[in-house]
Amino acid sequence: MTYEIVFWAATALAVVSALGVVLSGNPFYSALWLIVNLASLATFYLLLSADFLAAAQVVVYAGAVMIMFLFVIAYLGGRADEPTRDTPWWQFAAAIIAGGAIVAEVLVAVLSHSFGKSAGVPVTFGSPAFVGQLMLSRYLLAFEATSVLLLIAAVGGVLLGARRPAMRPPGSEEPFAPEPAPQVELPLQAFVMEAETDFPVQHLPTPDEEEAHT
Amino acid sequence: MQVGVEYFVGVSAVLFGIGLFGVFERRSPLILLLSVELMLNSSNLALIAFARQLGNGSGQVFALIVMGVAASEVVIGLGLVVAIARRKAELDVDTLTSLKH
Repeated sequence: MTYEIVFWAATALAVVSALGVVLSGNPFYSALWLIVNLASLATFYLLLSADFLAAAQVVVYAGAVMIMFLFVIAYLGGRADEPTRDTPWWQFAAAIIAGGAIVAEVLVAVLSHSFGKSAGVPVTFGSPAFVGQLMLSRYLLAFEATSVLLLIAAVGGVLLGARRPAMRPPGSEEPFAPEPAPQVELPLQAFVMEAETDFPVQHLPTPDEEEAHT
Repeated sequence: MQVGVEYFVGVSAVLFGIGLFGVFERRSPLILLLSVELMLNSSNLALIAFARQLGNGSGQVFALIVMGVAASEVVIGLGLVVAIARRKAELDVDTLTSLKH
């Protein structure tokens, strides 16, 4: 009986928080709703005797990934907000049809099939040792491929986040040559800040001007 | 009433549908990324539900790998969002139609 109560409570929480993610206007609230959603999914994992994955869900997702999300949203500030322009009605209708179609499809597939009782599993099912043993024996290749994927993602994140492209221009000897045209970037950033804050943006002297001054 | 695997898969389908709705309807790239996270997690729930139903641990390993893929996707997606925000004032997927700046 406890099992059913926990299941339905987690279901209600998961659906409400998922709606919160897609319907709230502020991305910050969306991210907070997603943390609630991930926590309720961890409850499902515990009900399905996937102990290690429930812990990984909370630590990796609700902890690390969502903190990164919140940092980026806070970094972007007001620019992270949803653009205030009306979406056409047909886009809303198409989105509901697409979402409803996949729900209907899965429900028809699941309800037309009788699954019977679930298989009996050992007590260690879902423990870290159990998952780790599978990962390092049968799924070793997938495990290694995932590690390479994460490495590529980390390198890509650094490249995308770098203020200047950390790449050598062709024919240059220096490994980290300064960007050839800083005069282009500065006014653009100043323009963005000015449009955003209404404060007068201080003009930063270029190196040439500083030299002329001294 | 016995809660079987079909209930978990039903919840997973509903969450996936909500995530799909979010991807189609919202225009902020950040909320699009969050909706994609929602969809990836709902697929994880289905994988783990079937792993328990069949008594086979493979589904749990797949779910763990999906978590790795989702983490990479978030890194690249957020990196792109920050890079776009540095160059353009408006973060709107309807107006972001070119890869060059």
